[in-house]
Amino acid sequence: MHTLKDKAEEAKKRKAALGPDVDLDSFDVTAEAHERLPNLALVGGEDRERMIQAGVDISESGRAGSYIQKDGTAIYAAAKDEGVEVIPIREALEKHQWARDHYWKLLSVDTDKYTARAYLDLHDGYVIRALPGSRVFFPVQACLYLEKQNLSQNVHNIIIAEEGSELHIITGCVTASHVSRGLHVGISEFYVKKDAKLSFTMIHHWAEDMMVRPRSVGRVEEGGLFLNNYVCMKPVKSLQMYPTTRLVGPGAVARFYSLLVGHPGSEIDVGGRVFLEAEDTRAEIVSRAITNGGHIIARGDLSGQKPGVRGHLECRGLILKGGLIHAIPELRGSADGVELSHEAAVGKIAQEEILYLMSRGLSEDEATSTIVRGFLSVDIPGLPEGLKAQIDHAVEVSQKSVM
Amino acid sequence: MLEIEDLQVKLGDREILTHIDLEIKTGETHILFGPNGSGKTSLLMAIMGYPQYRVTAGKIRFKGEDITDMPIDERAKLGIGMSYQRPPSIHGLKTRQMVQICGGEKPLSPEKLASEVNFTDFLDRDINVGFSGGEIKRSELLQLMAQEPDLLLFDEPESGVDLENIALIGNTISRLLERDLKPDPVKSCKELVKERKRMGLIITHTGFILDYLAADRGQVLYQGVVACKGNPVDIFRQIKETGYEECCRCIL
Repeated sequence: MHTLKDKAEEAKKRKAALGPDVDLDSFDVTAEAHERLPNLALVGGEDRERMIQAGVDISESGRAGSYIQKDGTAIYAAAKDEGVEVIPIREALEKHQWARDHYWKLLSVDTDKYTARAYLDLHDGYVIRALPGSRVFFPVQACLYLEKQNLSQNVHNIIIAEEGSELHIITGCVTASHVSRGLHVGISEFYVKKDAKLSFTMIHHWAEDMMVRPRSVGRVEEGGLFLNNYVCMKPVKSLQMYPTTRLVGPGAVARFYSLLVGHPGSEIDVGGRVFLEAEDTRAEIVSRAITNGGHIIARGDLSGQKPGVRGHLECRGLILKGGLIHAIPELRGSADGVELSHEAAVGKIAQEEILYLMSRGLSEDEATSTIVRGFLSVDIPGLPEGLKAQIDHAVEVSQKSVM
Repeated sequence: MLEIEDLQVKLGDREILTHIDLEIKTGETHILFGPNGSGKTSLLMAIMGYPQYRVTAGKIRFKGEDITDMPIDERAKLGIGMSYQRPPSIHGLKTRQMVQICGGEKPLSPEKLASEVNFTDFLDRDINVGFSGGEIKRSELLQLMAQEPDLLLFDEPESGVDLENIALIGNTISRLLERDLKPDPVKSCKELVKERKRMGLIITHTGFILDYLAADRGQVLYQGVVACKGNPVDIFRQIKETGYEECCRCIL
């Protein structure tokens, strides 16, 4: 039998279809183990500060559970809400058949050398699961923290919203301030079961010389809703990801929102792809990209395969101070009566908008930042108020580095 | 007081205003008439300070200060405000935020102001995005109510407004220009008029606005020059009867 291991071994040197190639050997894979904490409040010093910046609530008061990983070690994992489970993936794979049943099921281990690495040199990662019918009111928080310089952090996450459940996850990836170089490989498999609702919000705070290769696939069953928000406004050397979601049950809905900022020296290639495979499925992909001198490729791909499915793609790019934005919206219809549309726009801030605001008393700089803030404020339907406020806050904080 | 002296303005390479002289005394409201393309909007934009309307000669003074080369935001701070005919949409900027921007440091309630122009339902919508012609006018008035400038420039404030809202618009402009005099137990009407500070310059095609406020003077712009000055009601009647042809005779 061709095992996962065999397949991973074969794909060890396989270049990815997109993005600049990363020399995996130039990064360390051994990470010193860190101490497991009985309590999140014990996180101290700089770690604490950086995690808070990444959106972690150390008090856990507004959280249904937490998973914190430092380098290769899960230093804290706990659920507070009884409707949810938060378990480090190594432990989950050992103990639970259901976890093994959801491991490498949506994504092939031999996709490219990054998926292979995540299998062969797996550090850890989280399994977050909402039990059937449970409505988890507060979000579960996760943080993948990189403290060791030049480490290749290899993570695998499994997120399951069981039938009829509602689950919100906010996850921050962040480097320690002394870390400038590193590689983050993150595998995520999302399962949204029948009539379940999952919102997943990921906020990245990387460093100038970080390489980032997330690989994620979602599967949404009948009547399910998957909201996927992504915010990356800090510098990064190279980020490439193309999260894909399959809507396999009638009435399933997927919405992707991403806010990207390209700083000088950053190369970002981010997209969203949805396969509308069942009747009455709907998808929306919205991206907002701003460049200050970085290169951004904003992809979007909708594939309608059943009559009556509907999808919309929106890519807007703003060039503030040089750089490049390449919007690549793709639509594929392969059945009668599919309704797919896209709008893409790349440009600079309209002078007439600046002057309009100046005539109301704002200086030119104030007018520009007001317009940028508006550009980045996307109304995301279906998010709890508290989570929305947190995303707005994260955007607000990150935005300071844009202007 | 606004004083414009022998003003010449170019848009691109084209001279669009030549030898404009105009004076609006403190407390006065003037009506600006003129056929399409005569330069009315250009004059307002030049007073507001839009850089593409390049002043090639002449001067603009406001409150005794030479503002000819002053940036647009400083003019706003000095007390000039404008109601636009086609303002740009700004995605992600709510009307509520815009009202607060207009108010600057002043404490104000967007709800309260918006209720005066029947616009509370629009406070949480992106400014001007998908607004109809009439909605834009109310939004612009709302912004000026928050901004409280001393000189108010109105570019066709009644165009596209339905009959139901025309009185609302007219009365609001009248109030903004301190024209809504009410009997006062202490001061005579004459005293109240003397105390009036706000100035207005209003572009109108339909003349509807004249039903709601008594303007002090009318000016006719024709081919980039002021062709006629006088009683606004008389001028409007003349234009209705003979069109702008008659103005042509005055400038020749």
